[in-house]
Amino acid sequence: MTDSVISARGLLKLYGAQRAVDGIDLDIRRGEIFGLLGPNGAGKTTTILMMLGLTEISGGTVDVLGFNPVREPLEVKRRVGYLPDAVGFYDHLTARENLTYTARLLDIPRSQVGQRIREAMESVELADVVDKRVGTYSRGMRQRLGIAEIVMKKAEVAILDEPTSGLDPHATIELLEMIRALKRAGVAVLLSSHLLDRVQSVCDRVALFNKGRIALMGTVVELANKVLGAGHPVLVEASGIDVAGALRDIAGVQRVTSEGEGGGAWRVVADRDVRAAVAQRIVSSGGSLTRLADLQPSLEEVYTRYFQQEVRHAA
Amino acid sequence: MPRNGGPRSSVTRVGSPFTGLGPVFMKELSDHLSSIRMMVLTLFVIVFGAFPVASSLQQLRTTVGADAFLFLRIFTIEPEQVPIPFVQALNFIIPLMAIGLGFDSVNSEFNRRTLSRVLSQPIYRDALLLGKFLGGLVTLAVALVALWLIVFGAGLLLLGLPPRGVEVARALGFLAVAIAYGGVWLAVSMLFSVIFRSTATSALCALGLWLFFFILWPMIAQAITLGFAPTEIRSVDELVSLQEFGLALQRLSPGTLFSEAVIGLLNPETRSLGPMLPSQLRGAIMGAPLPLDQSLLLIWPQITGLIAGMIVLFALAYVIFQRQEVRA
Repeated sequence: MTDSVISARGLLKLYGAQRAVDGIDLDIRRGEIFGLLGPNGAGKTTTILMMLGLTEISGGTVDVLGFNPVREPLEVKRRVGYLPDAVGFYDHLTARENLTYTARLLDIPRSQVGQRIREAMESVELADVVDKRVGTYSRGMRQRLGIAEIVMKKAEVAILDEPTSGLDPHATIELLEMIRALKRAGVAVLLSSHLLDRVQSVCDRVALFNKGRIALMGTVVELANKVLGAGHPVLVEASGIDVAGALRDIAGVQRVTSEGEGGGAWRVVADRDVRAAVAQRIVSSGGSLTRLADLQPSLEEVYTRYFQQEVRHAA
Repeated sequence: MPRNGGPRSSVTRVGSPFTGLGPVFMKELSDHLSSIRMMVLTLFVIVFGAFPVASSLQQLRTTVGADAFLFLRIFTIEPEQVPIPFVQALNFIIPLMAIGLGFDSVNSEFNRRTLSRVLSQPIYRDALLLGKFLGGLVTLAVALVALWLIVFGAGLLLLGLPPRGVEVARALGFLAVAIAYGGVWLAVSMLFSVIFRSTATSALCALGLWLFFFILWPMIAQAITLGFAPTEIRSVDELVSLQEFGLALQRLSPGTLFSEAVIGLLNPETRSLGPMLPSQLRGAIMGAPLPLDQSLLLIWPQITGLIAGMIVLFALAYVIFQRQEVRA
């Protein structure tokens, strides 16, 4: 038994002649946060719905926690929590009533329902509004209530479809923190998004979707190496000397480019970590080093570059 | 819409389709019973029902005679002040109630974006649809039973005469027929709520169908019958078959089935719901009531028709719902 909770092989979804999902292979491991990224219409939501058995599979296989979502959707849905894109609740009911309904559907013993709801609402910091009608909730609160539902369900896998879309930055950060908390509780999280910066900060691995296929998959650094080229970018801010000239001949440095306007900042790309050598060179040549930072490759950059390349290839 | 076909159709699902039926049913019932819409509908029904009943009671009080089925006359008598008997009012009002309960049952879940969340819980769509239907049907039944009890109670008080056992049995049968009739229209409105995403469109279509059957269909059926009529009717048989044909057309309307079943139940003297031939009348005592089992036998096709219609419409809604994408 491997440690993967969801594994898909050659997963296919046809809408007429159109291939919405075109033969994808995917493994999601226990306890990781996995991001499905890609433009709208790339097949992310369809893939999720197939994993839940909510839409039919045209070809290939999916295995969720050892169950087949086509044959045993009830077993899958009992163990997997799903937060749909722009989740809806019954507005005329309170949060407690909404969760109680879900608890009944899940067949949670009546004696436990109260406690499970309390714990779940505390974990998403909504305990004080549990008896308010959901109609009065903000978008962010609804999304959190959706997370609470997953917590109450004690799901082994959480599938979140665009969990942060339409949220303000503060609410986004709060929600991402709750997603991390899910991971800490041992839940494998699969999330889809197009908000790359935010996703990058929580995801262990990502898969880049394009036209129903997985174009790239791996950690953000792996993806960056693949798309942006291998390299270890460093940001240097210094003054007093010809920084570009001084750094260019350090062993391993491939490129030195000026960063931003006004000068004083350079982006150094090397094939290894050259921070120590850079610092030493600048100080020894009499310059003053004001900043030396390891630049994490940005997923946004990877994404933009990748789709630019795609367009170029297509042209 | 995706097609059901390919390799999956051979795949069997595991687990009962009724998993979760109870919670869905209870939620629908409590939603209906606590909703303002239900209050409005109940008020509507009581006002509509109270008028004919009050006037027929007035009339019956003044003309107490030797009528063996006096109690049942409350339902059927055509009062002088209000020219519609109670059953006719119900014939008209039950569809409206059922449509009011069902027109937004599925599409509102789509529009509130709750459908995919609910369906991601361990239930099949079967349970959701059936739970919603049963919730609506029981709500309707509660309202009708309440109305029935009110009429019965008013009859007891104002006539000062207890109904006989057979009258109670016939009145209960009438109640059951009324609920089945409501079920047909509930299935109609749920079918539209599955087909149309917009609740307004669904309500409009259901109401349109209701008006069609009430106002247009009798005229259309008559026109068709006349169109099929031979230029010259030569024998009684021809006349009878023409009349039978017209009746068969009329019976496509659930309202016709309901009123025929009700006539058979509440007017024990009814011997036939179609044309009667002199041969059938031989030996019959005019105006003598039929025993209950004979009356039931007479209206059995109507009852079967109503229940079958309800099941067929529900099955249609079910098939369409199964094939729909949950994604809003």
